[in-house]
Amino acid sequence: MLEAFTLPFMQRALLAGLLVGATASYFGVFVVQRRMSFLGSGLAHAALGGVALGLFLEAEPLFVALPFTVLIALLIAWVRERTELGGDTAVGIFFSLSVALGVVLLALKSEYAADAMAFLFGSILAVTPADLWAVALVALLSFLTLGVWGRWAYATFDRDLARADRLPVLLDDYLLTAMVAAVVVSAVKVVGILLVAAFLVIPAASARLFARTFAQMTIFSILFGLLGVVLGLVFSYLYDVPSGATVILVESAIFLLSLLVAPKT
Amino acid sequence: MEAAVEFEHVHVRYGSYAALLDVSLRIPEGAFVAIIGPNGAGKSTLLKLILGLLRPSEGEVRVFGRPALKVPAEWLGYVPQFKTLDRSFPALSIELVASGLRRRWPFRLTAREREAARSALRRVRGEDLAHRRLSRLSGGELQRVYLARAFVRGPRMLLLDEPATGMDVLGEADMYRMLEQYQRDHGATVLMITHDWEAARHHATHVLVLNRRVIGFGPPERALSDECLRRAFGHVGHPHELSFSVERRDA
Repeated sequence: MLEAFTLPFMQRALLAGLLVGATASYFGVFVVQRRMSFLGSGLAHAALGGVALGLFLEAEPLFVALPFTVLIALLIAWVRERTELGGDTAVGIFFSLSVALGVVLLALKSEYAADAMAFLFGSILAVTPADLWAVALVALLSFLTLGVWGRWAYATFDRDLARADRLPVLLDDYLLTAMVAAVVVSAVKVVGILLVAAFLVIPAASARLFARTFAQMTIFSILFGLLGVVLGLVFSYLYDVPSGATVILVESAIFLLSLLVAPKT
Repeated sequence: MEAAVEFEHVHVRYGSYAALLDVSLRIPEGAFVAIIGPNGAGKSTLLKLILGLLRPSEGEVRVFGRPALKVPAEWLGYVPQFKTLDRSFPALSIELVASGLRRRWPFRLTAREREAARSALRRVRGEDLAHRRLSRLSGGELQRVYLARAFVRGPRMLLLDEPATGMDVLGEADMYRMLEQYQRDHGATVLMITHDWEAARHHATHVLVLNRRVIGFGPPERALSDECLRRAFGHVGHPHELSFSVERRDA
């Protein structure tokens, strides 16, 4: 089994999986506590529009999808802030728009439809060096925003208390939304557009079952995310099944186990 | 005496709806002000203006002689309604108290923060609550933790939004004792929204009767006059007495 990880594509897969697993489950705690799960799902679908645009322009899909999805995320946050429409409505509108754009662009370049499928269902073993650079860039950005954890957590707990303490809550909201978008894009090659939302939410949900504090929830979530990736890759290699889906199945198993063994809250 | 809060012709409008109309007010520093008024009277809006959470549509709000948004956050201690708490957020009481000191959510408490938070909890007789989860606290216990959070930074002004909600009679009396003690020790100004006119009469130095406009402001005996109460509420009986009489009639 360990010999498999001497192969360059397996090393890339493991590294990409670990980086994306850690960042997605880190931001997942905010997504879960702010009840933004639908945003994760919507942004994953928005990423399809970005990937399609990248393929259409014959550029690296992830490097086009990254700014595209961040822009969509900021538009969603802006509409939510400026209007009385619910956040889910804004997500619904922009995610449909992006998917529609993706479908039209892929129809115009039908020779790339197979590449698009890799993003739809994930293909971690096909992670290219360029994909890995995109993942590393997002991981670096996530690392640079670690200092904002306390502000995001405070506003997650109570926006008014955070605002009364003069924190730039609105700016922080935009930053968080943009980072979630970036993480979602970096994860689509690993688990696929259809499963990215689960990748964000499940480790954080499992962590919530054990955590007494938000700091604990954050740490447990990252650990569960990493465990899901490692075990998922191993099972996927051993049984020759799709890796992205296997990672999600392992994370789901961790969640179900957590439900059984976590102290009743 | 310096004014803690000054409102000059303040209006707050949400579209065509006016939450506050032409409010002019001067609250002296060190006052204990009970703010009363019917639902939708603009009481919480008034606190939010002072905290800098809202900007007036017209007029000016000054706090300790400065525009509300320029007031250092540590000068103000805010106790929100405990009903607004998200009980799904995993947190310990000591973290909530320490957040008042750090103005961030703490990942890990320093020894100094831990001691300061414990000391604030002792002040509200809640030391045993320090390591309890917020989701497990009763309404009264939660109010004490919020109060400790407000005290921990030693603010010049306390702003409390219906702090007695969820408390029993003894807990309520205890809370007023703590507030008065803090006020004496720090010369602080206290602004408190309440529906309890009797508490306002007994504990406040000033009562502000609000119904989108200032109906009355001054010492309790003047502001709680029949005329002011009738203008604000349409009747002069205490709400508790009214609800009691309705229940008795229904029975």
